[in-house]
Amino acid sequence: MSDPAVAVLLADEPARPMPRLDTKKLGVVALRTVSILLFFAIWAGFSFANARYLKFFNPILMPSPLDVLRTGIELTKSGELQSDILASLSRVLQGFVIAAFLGVSLGMAVGRSPFLESLLDPMLELLRPIPPLAFLPMMVLWFGIGEASKIAFIAYAAFFPIFTTTLEGIKYVDPLLLRAAASLGANRRDMFRYVVLPAAMPGIITGLRLGFGLSFFVIVAAEFIAADSGLGYLINDARTFFLVSQMLLGAAVIGLIGFTFNRLLRILEARLLRWRKTAWN
Amino acid sequence: MDQMATITRTKIRIEGVSKTFDNGLTALARVNLELAENSFTCLLGPSGCGKSTLLGMIAGFVQPTTGRVLVDGTEVTSAGADRGVVFQEYALFPWRTALENVEFGPLVRRLPRAERRRVAMEHLEMVGLKGHETKFPTELSGGMKQRVAIARALANNPSVLLMDEPFGALDAQTREILQEEMLRIWQQDRKTVVFVTHSISESLFLADRVVVMATKPGCIKAIIDVDLPHPRDRTDPEFIRLERQVKQMVREEVDKLGVI
Repeated sequence: MSDPAVAVLLADEPARPMPRLDTKKLGVVALRTVSILLFFAIWAGFSFANARYLKFFNPILMPSPLDVLRTGIELTKSGELQSDILASLSRVLQGFVIAAFLGVSLGMAVGRSPFLESLLDPMLELLRPIPPLAFLPMMVLWFGIGEASKIAFIAYAAFFPIFTTTLEGIKYVDPLLLRAAASLGANRRDMFRYVVLPAAMPGIITGLRLGFGLSFFVIVAAEFIAADSGLGYLINDARTFFLVSQMLLGAAVIGLIGFTFNRLLRILEARLLRWRKTAWN
Repeated sequence: MDQMATITRTKIRIEGVSKTFDNGLTALARVNLELAENSFTCLLGPSGCGKSTLLGMIAGFVQPTTGRVLVDGTEVTSAGADRGVVFQEYALFPWRTALENVEFGPLVRRLPRAERRRVAMEHLEMVGLKGHETKFPTELSGGMKQRVAIARALANNPSVLLMDEPFGALDAQTREILQEEMLRIWQQDRKTVVFVTHSISESLFLADRVVVMATKPGCIKAIIDVDLPHPRDRTDPEFIRLERQVKQMVREEVDKLGVI
């Protein structure tokens, strides 16, 4: 590790590498930009060729990136896109918060008690391999076609990765650290608060990130089945009217939101797990 | 020699201790040993002689199958803050900075924040790590990590310091420097130290008494009192004579293990 890096770490502020413009980094950035541009070029090229020469399918079914952008602008002007984004986001957040609360607290409880583990684990192992989607129609029957069924569905789907990673994190704490803490006078409560919990934190955060990704994954399906708003509804509604650019717009917006949230969670992770981050640099 | 002025009191008493693991392996058989207060004892022997198991029993991590371990006349049943432990693998909390690691003992003893900080700073300074307070363990070298671990154990002011091959993972140079540091710290603040090692030179350099352990089953082979004055010179003829003598004993035990 070079000296300036150490100096930065020694300062009270979080470590932040200096934005230095070296040519190697610039090259990588350029290549990555080319990759994205190439994707759009291929898409636009194919769409154009299809409409003019190939006639592979009906041009309506293969809109260009510009068509999608145009649709996006139209739907933003009418306010439809924003309200759909808001509807989906609010469902995802509510479902995710419930899953996070249940997953983390149950994971901790089960991780600390072999009795609870023997009692609950087989039950959960029974449910885990069933794709959450299989339960969606039932959820609609149980919780109705309103918000509750979608929130419950998201909560169910996101629960598993959060619960599992929390449980593993709590269970597989380095026994040496527990011995060290015990010989420093820690009681059971101290041990949990100061050793088990921080040791499990990387696992818990990974679980939360996975759970959040899954929430986004399943919201679309939930909104396909029974909804009158949301990005899944936007896509499904467009399908009925052959509005392919609107369908692609829905997919693109979901992608963008998912990407943004994943980035935000990663930043949060880097801040919370600063001690681990420094090991990677 | 200042010890001789005061009446030496037994600090740790090991009474007929045996340990048989669940897989039927006997790690220790009928070990009796008395360690005086403020003494520096090395448990020396090849792998498999049960020296770490014995240390683990004093620490309270391992329960003897028969016999008992007494510290200050009380039977050891669990780990406690009166017996600080330094591990070969450092066992630092990776999410705590050097300072926060040393603060751990004072923290769980519920000392006020300012007092915790003061105690931790003082001990980090003692091990020569002033200026490294805010570093995480991953940013420290092996030698520095072990210095933090020693400071952390001592910040609790334990009456016994148990060290399980603490310098075993360090390179030869760092090792010798830390041995000297260890002696300096011990001479400032005499704890009863039990130090496990398989290095003959290390044991003769540090200890008042070297307990040479036998293998198959683990038990005590010989107890050697080392009365060479500190700082000891590894090239001193008497040091070399002792080293040769102990080497012979250890070799016999290694040979018992067969092919290793």
